[in-house]
Amino acid sequence: MNTTKKLTSALAIVAAAGLTTAAWADPDDDNLVINEEIEIVTETAAPAHMENVDTIYSGWRFRSDETQAVQMDDFDNPAMIFVEAAAEAWNAADGSEGKSCSSCHNDVESLKGVRAVYPKWNEAAGEVRTLEAQINDCRETRMGAEKWKYTGGSMAAMVGLISSVSRGMPVNVAIDGPAQSTWEKGKEIYYTRFGQLELSCANCHEDSYGMMIRADHLSQGQINGFPTYRLKNTKLNTVHARFKGCVRDTRAETFKPGSPEFVALELYVASRGNGLSVEGPSVRN
Amino acid sequence: MASGVKPRVKVPKKAAAGETITIKTLISHKMESGQRKNDDGSIIPRSIINRFTADFNGQNIIDITLEPAISTNPYFQFDSLVPEAGEFTFKWYDDDGSVYEESKSITVG
Repeated sequence: MNTTKKLTSALAIVAAAGLTTAAWADPDDDNLVINEEIEIVTETAAPAHMENVDTIYSGWRFRSDETQAVQMDDFDNPAMIFVEAAAEAWNAADGSEGKSCSSCHNDVESLKGVRAVYPKWNEAAGEVRTLEAQINDCRETRMGAEKWKYTGGSMAAMVGLISSVSRGMPVNVAIDGPAQSTWEKGKEIYYTRFGQLELSCANCHEDSYGMMIRADHLSQGQINGFPTYRLKNTKLNTVHARFKGCVRDTRAETFKPGSPEFVALELYVASRGNGLSVEGPSVRN
Repeated sequence: MASGVKPRVKVPKKAAAGETITIKTLISHKMESGQRKNDDGSIIPRSIINRFTADFNGQNIIDITLEPAISTNPYFQFDSLVPEAGEFTFKWYDDDGSVYEESKSITVG
């Protein structure tokens, strides 16, 4: 039995005594439907490889009703401003080859489903590639253009555009075959305590989700909603930028965005969300 | 003109006569407050949208004054009565004198 379950039963006893407190709140029961048409799975059975968690929840379920509402309509979702800018970049030729994304991929709709399976093993490169790495590979080798900064605005917006066409599809990253060793490495990082505070990802996002860490309602740390528009910095945030922020908060020296360590961690964390819907670009606080 | 400015409006295409509809507007704009300093310590000049108006068939329905503390990409949502078919006109006034316009027509039936 994991800690959260124990706490939940403890909460039930407290509730029976009429002493409920909002500080011990589990995810809420709201349903997410975007634009009144895209139904998003925000709660489902955990994938088989997860040993300590039975049910997985999207981070959306841990946010306040006001924040949740902003994501339910694309007009209200501020992330869409960045997605629109990326849609222009999609068609704009860049680099020595005079090509744009659309020169090869036509409409962005042709990449429907791509977000759901990344990070993914790339046979030619012999490594697991994130969507960001794939975009930069396209820019360098096919377009003859400069790489984008891994966690920069242009990159986050482009990943947001590519995610937006996959919304509602289940996350389904492969963890077996050639990707397995990378996945194992990611799992090891997930359970390793880092920093002066000696915290692993699991300490907060597996053992303690649903609880408050000071003013923040801890989620399971799912990344199905990335890139994420955060109210605190009013821009789109990439997965690796978020990882970096989390590791920094443990008072550790962080890995670099795009590093093999973060790529492995992204694969592992993404696999913990297998079955949830692709939700990006989402809105969080 | 400030860079990256783009107005967006969401108005239902159709309404019943006399119905109250919800209008949503958003303009992407930096809304530089004039309070911030750049790296060499000098003040970044104020550059905001200072006024927003909406008209229906020439009649004003909302007129808003915006102040520097309003955050980036200002969003307004408001209700309007639709007595007849016609056109909504929206105007955003920039500090630099530019006026961004958008219009949406609505049918009654």
